[in-house]
Amino acid sequence: MRSPSSEPLVLGIETSCDETGVGVVRGHELLADEVASSVDEHARFGGVVPEVASRAHLEAMVPTVHRALATAGVRLTDLDAVAVTAGPGLAGALLVGVAAAKAYSLALGVPLYGVNHLASHVAVDVLEHGPLPEPAVAMLVSGGHSSLLLVPDLTRELVPLGQTVDDAAGEAFDKVARLLGLGFPGGPVVDRLARDGDPAAIAFPRAMPGSYDVSFSGLKTAVARWVEAHEGAVPVADVCASFQEAVVDVLTAKAVRACREHGVDHLLLGGGVAANSRLRALAQERCDAAGVVLRVPRPGLCTDNGAMVAALGARLVDAGVAPSALDLPADSALDVTEVMAR
Amino acid sequence: MLVLGMDTSSPAVSVAVVELLPGPTWGRSARWRVVDGGKHGELLATGIASVLREVAARPADLGAVAVGLGPGPFTGLRVGVMTAAATADALGIPVYGVCSLDAVTDWEEHDTPRLVVTDARRKEVYWAEYAADDERVAGPSVMRPDALKAALDETGWTGRVVGAGAQLHGFAGAGEPLHPDAEQVVLLAARRALDGAPGEVLTPLYLRRPDATPPGQPKRATP
Ligand SMILES: [Zn+2]
Repeated sequence: MRSPSSEPLVLGIETSCDETGVGVVRGHELLADEVASSVDEHARFGGVVPEVASRAHLEAMVPTVHRALATAGVRLTDLDAVAVTAGPGLAGALLVGVAAAKAYSLALGVPLYGVNHLASHVAVDVLEHGPLPEPAVAMLVSGGHSSLLLVPDLTRELVPLGQTVDDAAGEAFDKVARLLGLGFPGGPVVDRLARDGDPAAIAFPRAMPGSYDVSFSGLKTAVARWVEAHEGAVPVADVCASFQEAVVDVLTAKAVRACREHGVDHLLLGGGVAANSRLRALAQERCDAAGVVLRVPRPGLCTDNGAMVAALGARLVDAGVAPSALDLPADSALDVTEVMAR
Repeated sequence: MLVLGMDTSSPAVSVAVVELLPGPTWGRSARWRVVDGGKHGELLATGIASVLREVAARPADLGAVAVGLGPGPFTGLRVGVMTAAATADALGIPVYGVCSLDAVTDWEEHDTPRLVVTDARRKEVYWAEYAADDERVAGPSVMRPDALKAALDETGWTGRVVGAGAQLHGFAGAGEPLHPDAEQVVLLAARRALDGAPGEVLTPLYLRRPDATPPGQPKRATP
């Protein structure tokens, strides 16, 4: 049995989209989770602008590392490893984080772990709820991804069960918010307005029953058509509630069915959309009914952050997995089955 | 003092380590360079490890870091700037930025004015003008090559023209060197390094705003 102080101390760096995330983790313990977001710079464009995000990562990186170290109460020279998101994500944005991680790793003489962003979303829950029983099913939903995964062993492999065939779940929230004139990002505002609406007011379509894949493009179009055809003031709260219900109904039904069909009794939710209050509530209800234990990290750990990368790094160190080489590429299309980039 | 230099503002990934001495000479040095367009992110750290090995130094032996701040294509440029900033931060040593076009030079012919022209893509070039004593007197700027050529004709330019952009766009008398060189980057920062000047917050010379336009009204979904 190791003493807590001999657990690996890992710095995690995440720059796959618009958040510069830096986390510090010791084993399963979260010591710091600092995020610098460029979301305000993207708001007027109605979506993330890759070049704006890349510039912001470069500016924010060193100060964010220092905030994280100060919060954790550790020094750079205390670190045992550096972990970084190698993909998938925006190519130019990933490259900034990977360059920083390589430099810290080389200069400090500690191993480098280039990890999969999606696997990190799964790994982060250990910081709040302890080791995840495996196999587990993970549903990762955000503005960039919508994936249903079987997780037999997080240090070795992820098995994709389903994904979106068009828009990511978060993208659907953004697009519906935009057509209702609610601004960017759309997730939080739709969630808030939906609380005063009737989720059964409008019967929006549920796509692709029977598959683990999801599709949100048709739903978005259905919302647009309904709003255009509506005479008089649009009942925004009812539209939000009915749209949101269609999204979370599909997501939770598929996730719980995946658990049942694979004989898995733990479901993990992650990604920015997992902060949605209705998704959490309906997932809980359906998991309870199916005898599945639901695990959802708190909202701050569901959105992209560096602690999740550090958490996966610590797990890989612990499992004795060989680190990445210095010529590690940033891979914007890193396959979901690869826990580490090659 | 052992100084690490790097430049990724061009298709070349260039790394050097130079031991600066208080006099006009220097001690140990090593250079590493690969010209391979889009692979800056993969190559740079390998190059740094390689030059350190060559002079038998550990990262902790470094006293300062110097880096070319561009101008250059943004994605590759940021690899060098981020790497330099994080390396210096990790080691607690200062980092200095230089204009990458200043590092497109060699040790010969330092008695002629020089125009440096590099490839800015999108049918444009980055350029800067240097007097015979190496002082930059104009630029860095970004411009269409035909406009720059016309300006040269108009002023009756008689100096050297160097850089990959000059070669690519057929400037009269275009010659070498083609790319910024990391050893030059170190030498351009040498005075500051030897004087122990405070390090700086590195800001790339982008010279262009990000390509992005606010969206218009959403398209109608009803046919
Ligand atoms: Zn994510």
